[in-house]
Amino acid sequence: MRFEAVSKRFGNFVAVELLSLDIFEREFFALLGPSGCGKTTLLRMLAGLEQPTEGRILLDGLDISGVPPHRRPVNMMFQSYALFPHLTVEANIAFGLKQDGMPKPEIATRVREMLELVKLDGFGERKPHQLSGGQRQRVALARALAKRPRVLLLDEPMSALDRKLREDTRFELMELQNTLGLTFVIVTHDQEEAMTVADRIGVMNAGQLAQVATPSEIYEHPNSRWIADFIGDINLIEGRVASSGLGHTVIESMTGGRFLVAAEATVGAAVAVALRPEKLRIDTVASGASGENGFPGRVTEIGYLGGVSVYKVRLDNGLDMKATLTNHTRLTAQPIAIGERVRLSFAPEAGVVLLR
Amino acid sequence: MRKGPSIFNVTLVALGLAFLYLPIAILVIYSFNASRLVTIWGGWSTRWYVALWHDSAMLDAAWTSLRIAALSATAACVIGTLAAVVLVRAGRFRGRTMFSGMVYAPLVMPEVITGLSLLLLFVALDVGRGFWTVTIAHTTVTMSFVTVVVQSRLLSFDCSLEEAAMDLGCPPLKTFLTITLPLIFPAVAAGWMLAFTLSFDDLVIASFSTGPGATTLPMRIYSEVRLGVKPEINAICTIMIAVVALGVIAAALVGKRREWVGRT
Repeated sequence: MRFEAVSKRFGNFVAVELLSLDIFEREFFALLGPSGCGKTTLLRMLAGLEQPTEGRILLDGLDISGVPPHRRPVNMMFQSYALFPHLTVEANIAFGLKQDGMPKPEIATRVREMLELVKLDGFGERKPHQLSGGQRQRVALARALAKRPRVLLLDEPMSALDRKLREDTRFELMELQNTLGLTFVIVTHDQEEAMTVADRIGVMNAGQLAQVATPSEIYEHPNSRWIADFIGDINLIEGRVASSGLGHTVIESMTGGRFLVAAEATVGAAVAVALRPEKLRIDTVASGASGENGFPGRVTEIGYLGGVSVYKVRLDNGLDMKATLTNHTRLTAQPIAIGERVRLSFAPEAGVVLLR
Repeated sequence: MRKGPSIFNVTLVALGLAFLYLPIAILVIYSFNASRLVTIWGGWSTRWYVALWHDSAMLDAAWTSLRIAALSATAACVIGTLAAVVLVRAGRFRGRTMFSGMVYAPLVMPEVITGLSLLLLFVALDVGRGFWTVTIAHTTVTMSFVTVVVQSRLLSFDCSLEEAAMDLGCPPLKTFLTITLPLIFPAVAAGWMLAFTLSFDDLVIASFSTGPGATTLPMRIYSEVRLGVKPEINAICTIMIAVVALGVIAAALVGKRREWVGRT
């Protein structure tokens, strides 16, 4: 599936601007972005519910831009589930099959298969309002899958579920995609969700794709300050390249101090270095630790999250940094206290140099 | 917190209800009056209902009214629903504001003016006035009521239901018939009931647009009353009240059930 320079405008508002993207067969692709970035519009254009203002959308090399939704081999699961309230669960799932003129016995078999697939056997006779939120979500999924579409579109499929259910559903979705061998395109604003389920993620911002890559690539090699900031927690240090060569770069921080990162860059360029909090090392000054890329500072806040603790450190040069430590042992007291003098350090490989 | 309503509140409610229903109650009671004189109580009797049964002119008028009401309500439902769908769904086409304003206009237009304009139209077109002209006139007036009722239902209608149907391979017209229409049916039915009652009790517009041979029940009653109130009139009015009340109760019950089912 391919988007070619697709734009969508609503009056003066540009929802999607000159966007090009390839989605491969049997891929689990996630469109991630803040609300209003155009990700749902993109999905609706795939479904045919919106027409692109400019550009082409190709499926197997055929332009489907003008094809109405009911003639596309693409099915969508709606955020509100959009179950037909006046029809039973069975009739909801059978709805799409009936439109294709499938013979009745086959429809019945398929509906039974789908109910089994989403673990709702025995619920066929119920009406949507007699189901819980999670069950409704499964019916919506079964209905969208019943026609065996080439591509399944999922619009924020788990936004109405509670946390526990959401986590289970993620893995079920991945399993489904594996067993059915379909292309899934999911729209979400939940990065954890996108990272878990997707093979590749397209991060959208203001109608454009900011980065398209695998989850680990996006996390470890963000291509801009915006991506680094949007995905996960980040410490950004603004600076200037002092010298570079042989795979190493010395960066002069704007706020004072020099440090080394494992990358090459043009000398004199204004850059930002992105450091994930879990890649920072935190030692008490008293421990006497030394080594490269060390900055002295003072702990200002500690957030205990159970598995990890987040330390907020005000460096002596005025920067606020975040570092996380895994709580390996059962602690009765934190090893580092608020107000304590600490030394933050990181390996040269931990920093990512961002030009944009 | 006080448990029950105060005497003051009870009195107000009682006064309000009396103001609304006392005239009707009197009419119903006098319809069972044995005396020929309308204002003098002569004991309980159902003789006026029996007399009504033999009053063929009155029965004819009632039959005409029922047919006109049913036909015009049905036509008003079809046109009114279509108008509502267009006004809600067609987006911002040129003149949308003007059209929605024009749909509401008959609601506030004095009936005399509507009636007169229809009469002028029928005369200009040289149509023989009678049953069909009244039906058309009533359709014209009542369709805007249907539009208003259906429009409000459509505004709260989740468009993704229609999108889902189309996404599953259902063409637009079939989507409207299999998904949208069943779901807005309570509103359409309520619109039908409203149109039916409006047509059934209309006197002014019917008087303007009718011709010889098509006398509606309100017209018949009005002309009889001008010669003095007969007890049969009380009887037929009581029957009308009963029919309307049953209709309203039925519509309310259906609406309530549907609404519950429709909630997801």
